Amino acid sequence: MGSERDDLFAHGEEFLQFFKRGAEFTKELLVENERLRGKLATLRQEQSDAARTPEQWEKYRKELAARLNSLEQEYEVVRARLRQAEEENQQFAARYLEIEEENNNLANLYVASYQLHSTLDLDEVLKIIVEIVINLVGAEVFAVYLLDGSTGELGVAASEGAAIEEFPPCSLDSGVLSEVLETGEPWCTEPTQSANLESPIVGIPLIVQQRPIGLIAIFGLLQQKDGFSELDHELFSLLGGHSATALFAARLYSQSERKLNTIQGFIDLLTK
Amino acid sequence: MDRQRILIVEDSPTMRQLLAFALRRLKHVDIVEAQDGMDGLRKVSSDHFDLALIDINMPVMDGLKLISLIRGEDNLKDIPIVVITTEGAKEDRDRALALGANEYLTKPIRADRVLAVAKDLLKSRD
Repeated sequence: MGSERDDLFAHGEEFLQFFKRGAEFTKELLVENERLRGKLATLRQEQSDAARTPEQWEKYRKELAARLNSLEQEYEVVRARLRQAEEENQQFAARYLEIEEENNNLANLYVASYQLHSTLDLDEVLKIIVEIVINLVGAEVFAVYLLDGSTGELGVAASEGAAIEEFPPCSLDSGVLSEVLETGEPWCTEPTQSANLESPIVGIPLIVQQRPIGLIAIFGLLQQKDGFSELDHELFSLLGGHSATALFAARLYSQSERKLNTIQGFIDLLTK
Repeated sequence: MDRQRILIVEDSPTMRQLLAFALRRLKHVDIVEAQDGMDGLRKVSSDHFDLALIDINMPVMDGLKLISLIRGEDNLKDIPIVVITTEGAKEDRDRALALGANEYLTKPIRADRVLAVAKDLLKSRD
């Protein structure tokens, strides 16, 4: 009797488990059903939003074509702006290089003029002129002629590449250098392979207040220098003006020094 | 950033000023000038330098002699050296490079070229 009861309870328990699993499965089916229902509703909505008739299809096609057209136009505008930006960029790069070049040239001119006016000693000024012509212009053979106030002749005061006495006298009456002095403007011609002391390639007049005091004549360039640049022409002008005033000031200073010494000596003699 | 030191060995005050003027455009550099090879040797031996610009034709001691002395010293031999000279012949260039110069620039110099070379060599010392 007891064993039959136990069997009955076991069957009951088994049935109860089976029933629970059935209930869970039903719940899952209901959830899945709900999800599919939602999906169906979305699809129906999409279908209803989409074309229902060929006219609507045509309308959508036109709208899309218009949108495509507008995007293409926008693309062209952007491309044009990009091209413009690239052009501007190239212009800025070119301008930057130009300014760099100008900056470098100005540095050379500044240093040259600074050095020329850094002393009142005539020999020092001549040395600086020589340095500038070698290092900044790139000349190998040249001479600095100065006008002798008493004789009225041009004599070589400093030179490079050949001894002073090797340079030919510079006539004030004929030749290219006399014309340079007459015009008062720097002159240059195409450089030659080797230096010829009879044929200058550059003449730079040294003029103070319209009065010539000398000139720089270049006969040969360093082998790596094959022509004259814009900077060289600026240097010629600078050398013409600033060298002349520096030489003039140095000469005046040395003369005044000499006179001062003479007067001082005279005073010393009188007061002793 | 540590400052880098550049030595200019050149007998021409005009060139020294021009080179210093150009190199000051580099940031974080100190520039020291020497007026001939002997002065250059004294300065390079007594202080640290990241770059030396050396002229060839100088009184007292020329640039080639200075380069060979620098390259012969253990504590100096790694300093980058740029030769700046009027000598444009190939054999002069070859001689300087054989002695240990890193770059060879001929006069008249362009400031932008000096700057570019100095920048490259200083970068290698970073």
